[in-house]
Amino acid sequence: MSLALLYGLAGIALVAMGLYAALAARHVLRRLLGLNVLGSGVFMMLVALASRTTGIATRPDPVPHAMVLTGIVVAVSATALGLALLRRMHAHDGSPRLPEDRDAGSP
Amino acid sequence: MAAEVQVFDAVLVVLLLWLGWRALASADLFKAVVQFIVFGLLLSLAWVRLGAPDVALAEAAIGAGLAGALLLDTLARLGRSGAADEARPLGLTPARTGIALAALGLAALLVASALALPERWPGLAEPALQQLRASGVSNPVTATLLNYRAWDTLLEVGVLMLAVLGVWILEAEPALPRPAPDPMLGLLLRVLLPLTVIVAGYLLWVGAHAPGGAFQGAALLAAGGVLWHLARPLSLGPSPVVRAVVVLGFAVFLAVGVATAVLGGGLLTFPPEHAGAIILVIEAAAMLSIALIMVALFVGRERAPSDAGIPDSAADASAVPGAPNPGAAP
Repeated sequence: MSLALLYGLAGIALVAMGLYAALAARHVLRRLLGLNVLGSGVFMMLVALASRTTGIATRPDPVPHAMVLTGIVVAVSATALGLALLRRMHAHDGSPRLPEDRDAGSP
Repeated sequence: MAAEVQVFDAVLVVLLLWLGWRALASADLFKAVVQFIVFGLLLSLAWVRLGAPDVALAEAAIGAGLAGALLLDTLARLGRSGAADEARPLGLTPARTGIALAALGLAALLVASALALPERWPGLAEPALQQLRASGVSNPVTATLLNYRAWDTLLEVGVLMLAVLGVWILEAEPALPRPAPDPMLGLLLRVLLPLTVIVAGYLLWVGAHAPGGAFQGAALLAAGGVLWHLARPLSLGPSPVVRAVVVLGFAVFLAVGVATAVLGGGLLTFPPEHAGAIILVIEAAAMLSIALIMVALFVGRERAPSDAGIPDSAADASAVPGAPNPGAAP
């Protein structure tokens, strides 16, 4: 198994976990954590695929690296906006869950 | 970079998957966030193993540091009741079985396509390295970000600007009760802040020919800014100065784009003889903007007693009786 395949498969596992958490969790913060893990999985797949140039070029493909760098910065700013919206919703409704996830008697 | 799989890689991957799952499934959200931070730190090790030191630098500062600070800040603001979640937050219920199957199905499709890919692939490494001489820098990642695909980076700076506008649009929040002033934090700040500025400047400069660049420098500056805010609360509301710096990176980038479109070969097509200088100017402006945007995202809009501009010295804050935090005593 090559390094690219090992990390690529790990990235796929992270994507699946993150997707499940983002859709299944009820607390919005946990959904955001899920989206971040999902994003990390995508980044890991990209960087793993970029490392397949071994023996052909002198270094890994820089284009996916640049995309991941951009992605990390965008992901953190989107998370910050999501968290700000969550705090606003919590201050307004008193619940950290989206309206359709709220059931009587639980926070 | 060694292409051989070593025991280290296997251990790292297992740890990453375990921490990633714990960061999602821990019933206690505080634990989940802490595990997410550790996950981010280990992720930067994975980037180093995969030969992506530029990404590793950004991940360590942004993914692990800044995202963690943002999440912990939100948890503190939600309070005990707001941070409570179900005992088994991701436990399988009939309603979630469909989601789990969908996630597994997607994973199966991705695994099938990953296995179908050739083990070696030239990618875009060759063309990226061949054009390096004309790009103005010798670090291919910086060349990709600021020259070959400058359009992406321009829009990215725009996205950051929109995120901070989104946070500012929301109603101001009450300031968190500040912990007692900590003289150690003040001392740490005095030592770390100048070092942060020097290292950020170094990263910006060295990014032309080695791992580093505007994003890594900005992440470091932002970490310094967050530390500053924790020791001596900043008020980074939408004052004219703050707005100007937030827009600066995007404005300079766009101005260069328009200038190259009017005078030269096209939008963001840099003449090779000036490309190095152009990239440095864009990066310097972008670094300042990105750093301030990230600190502003962390600070948000607090309902502070004094909402006028950035307090540039802690003496102002500590002189006001009843200020939320008198700041660390120097």
